[in-house]
Amino acid sequence: MSTPLILLILAIIAIACYVVGTRHALAIAGGRSSKLHSRPGYYGTFVALCAVLPSVLILAAWLVVSPLYINSTVLDGFPEDVKARSPAEQGLSFGMVSSLARGMNVLSLDEIERIGGNPVELRAALGAKGVPLAGDPEPYMVESAGDLNVMTKISNWVMTAVVLLAALIGAGFSYTRIAPRFRARNRVEKVILASLVVASSIAILTTVGIVASMLTEATHFFTSIPPWEFFFGTVWDPRFAAAGATDSAGQFGLIPLLLGTLYIGFVAMLVAVPSGLFSAIYMSEYASRGVRSVAKPLLEVLAGIPTIVYGFFALTTVGPFLRDLSSQLNGLVTGDYANFIQAQSVLTAGFVMGIMLIPYVSSLSDDIITAVPGTLRDGSLGLGATQSETIKKVVLPAALPGIVGALLMTASRAIGETMIVVLAAGVAARMQLNPFEPMTTVTVKIVSQLTGDLEFTSPQTLVAFALGITLFAITLCLNIYALYIVRKYREQYE
Amino acid sequence: MTDVVSSTAGVLAKPARRDIGIKRRYAAERRFRAYGIAALSFGILFLMLLLWSVVSKGYTAFQQTMITIPVEFSQQIIDKDNVRATDPAKLMTANYPIVARNALAKVLGVAETDRQGLRAVNQMISDGVRGQLRDMVVSDPEIIGTTQTVSLLAAGDIDSAVKGQINLDVAETSRKVSDQQVGWMKQLTDSGALAKEFNTGIFFNGASSRPEAAGVGVALIGSFYMMLIVLVLSLPIGVAASIYLEEFAPKNRFTDLIEVNINNLAAVPSIVYGLLGLAVFINFMGLPRSASLVGGLVLTLMTLPTIIIATRAALKAVPPSIRAAALGLGASKMQTIFHHVLPLAMPGILTGTIIGLAHALGETAPLLLIGMVAFVANYPTTPMDPSTALPVQIYMWANEAERAFVERTSGAIMILLLFLILMNVGAILLRRRFERRW
Repeated sequence: MSTPLILLILAIIAIACYVVGTRHALAIAGGRSSKLHSRPGYYGTFVALCAVLPSVLILAAWLVVSPLYINSTVLDGFPEDVKARSPAEQGLSFGMVSSLARGMNVLSLDEIERIGGNPVELRAALGAKGVPLAGDPEPYMVESAGDLNVMTKISNWVMTAVVLLAALIGAGFSYTRIAPRFRARNRVEKVILASLVVASSIAILTTVGIVASMLTEATHFFTSIPPWEFFFGTVWDPRFAAAGATDSAGQFGLIPLLLGTLYIGFVAMLVAVPSGLFSAIYMSEYASRGVRSVAKPLLEVLAGIPTIVYGFFALTTVGPFLRDLSSQLNGLVTGDYANFIQAQSVLTAGFVMGIMLIPYVSSLSDDIITAVPGTLRDGSLGLGATQSETIKKVVLPAALPGIVGALLMTASRAIGETMIVVLAAGVAARMQLNPFEPMTTVTVKIVSQLTGDLEFTSPQTLVAFALGITLFAITLCLNIYALYIVRKYREQYE
Repeated sequence: MTDVVSSTAGVLAKPARRDIGIKRRYAAERRFRAYGIAALSFGILFLMLLLWSVVSKGYTAFQQTMITIPVEFSQQIIDKDNVRATDPAKLMTANYPIVARNALAKVLGVAETDRQGLRAVNQMISDGVRGQLRDMVVSDPEIIGTTQTVSLLAAGDIDSAVKGQINLDVAETSRKVSDQQVGWMKQLTDSGALAKEFNTGIFFNGASSRPEAAGVGVALIGSFYMMLIVLVLSLPIGVAASIYLEEFAPKNRFTDLIEVNINNLAAVPSIVYGLLGLAVFINFMGLPRSASLVGGLVLTLMTLPTIIIATRAALKAVPPSIRAAALGLGASKMQTIFHHVLPLAMPGILTGTIIGLAHALGETAPLLLIGMVAFVANYPTTPMDPSTALPVQIYMWANEAERAFVERTSGAIMILLLFLILMNVGAILLRRRFERRW
């Protein structure tokens, strides 16, 4: 039986168990539910859970384990000369066997009999049924494919039997447990609590998954490229060389990418910090309710716009505008209308990213400024300070740790931002300080190394994971430190 | 401080000097205020600029130039040997662009021997007519040999020229539309054959290398599948996780770790989730590349922290008196939460979920890494089929060089923003309508 069908049957069993359990509980209590420890529904749920939960677990485990076992048995059954070949070739042979097995399920019994194990005819027959084979199957493969099919079939029947049996046993067992003093609610709630715990550990699993997956792939990368060449290399030139050529592995220096990332992030912060901070100050200290209720959502719209839209804005509007502006300026001053700002440049990407970051800076600092106790303001104003003096001398110093935390969080966003730089920063990995020239970032290179049809074993693609783990580590440190600061700051005023 | 006080006391007799100080301070006050206003207007100005630049470039994408002419489905060209009864593939492979070209050449009065003229005529019609005429003939082979009035897609360059996006003042050799074609355009416009119509293709078509035939249909379906997967997975998991953390979790190292972890996950760059998806879902689990299932799973992991944070805030906002009342009447803790606290927190949870979904809808970077940058012309029927997503489609079009793709890109952005606005307005309305303040 197919897995969805089994699941459907289990669902039907569960519903049936719920109804039967509920009725039985009521019947035992003589129709008066007040005699029961729990409400009748809990007894029904208990029966249903006992029936379905173990069987679903068995099903999942079986689905994971049985293919592994069957495959290794089939591989063991290969002739000795095949087993002597390299693992890659064995994998290929196994691929043939499994597609043969799939194909033989499509053929009718007569056809199999007629072909009688003739590999060439078999291939033709399968091709006609829409199951293409990579080559003519060898005789042992046909045999193995037959074995594979038989084992899969047996495993499937045994699995169906075991799962359904488990469901019935569970249902029967729990049915007999039903009694007026039986604490069904507590049992059911334990299961619910367990599922809540599982759900909340997914967050941990995600982090573990991120770190583990990137570490393993990055380790593969570091076996072909030594870590110091990656972390301290100053040349980024991952040539896509022909396979086998040892001297053309390319150079994977992180430094130019890191510099580009930090430079663009710095320009972005130059734009975002003053305007975001002043917006926050104005909105929290000066603006009337009406202005605030209009301006705050408008700024939040900026945060809601997808970054790809900013990237497009940079690519088609800001970049060309800066380029034309520079050529006009140059023409006015020197008479030579050559542009000194490239359309794709650090300035373009940084500026647009800065606009994107304004709402982050302003909403984070807004929260923090509002959290400064009013008594501090009142004290300062009472001593005769003007409002701006109060802000500059009292409110901002008091809010400073929190604001620094907010800025660090914003900086981590700037470093991890992808789409704007992909479209507006350029792809040339260079080390230079002119903001009018293109530079590239870590994220751009992750994207460009991984889009396209590449095999996942070459250092050219694996380097993306090394870049990724670097990026993850940097942003993680920034965030943890920022969270620590903000938390400490909050405690100070609570 | 005391020094300052005593020195000002000494100069009390000269009020003029104190006035100077006040003036300076008030000027500083006004300046400071002006900085604030300037900063605020800077942000809002650029919001307006951004929206204006998208809309002004993109509104034309919702119109498409069509050429409506009588087309003769010539037996001679489509099925010369009359074999369609025995060989249906003949109808699939016939040279339909020639049919369209001849029809237009006839309307324009271009002789069949004028090869250069015919080529220029051919350039006026989109390559998309191949599929369009083929579908007409295949669905009804009877029309072969007859003449039908058909609306043909104009080529991208002609479309741009009609919309005034190609500067016709520059030298003929350095623009994509020749003077002859401009003349034909005028002729066709005057006769009413060439007209702009509402562009339904941009909503329904799949990927195409021809701007006039390209649309976001596949991307919309892909995005829809992904949002469905994100909603189905992240809402229950997120709510369950928050209930545990907020209501049950003991205060210990482990729950502290989860807490810090969730806050950090919310700030992890989205591209890192793409790397995770590539390594775990595609390389390790062997799920297909470009599938919206993988995209949905990656976006789920990305959205979960947002939903958890929003849900915890919503649960926290439910006053303890509700819990105390339920517990006092004999409900268990689980019943209290599921029967009383959760329903009251639901508006907040849903608002957070919608905002998380809106973020996921606009996310591009992780999808690039799991192979959603694909040329997909056919509708995906299941989440396992290759598809693209709306923001990825925008990214791919943004990289195209042709003028007509700029307008399409902006048009696609407008569609994306429309969905985002709808979702956010929905979230705001939900909050206004159902949120309770205690």
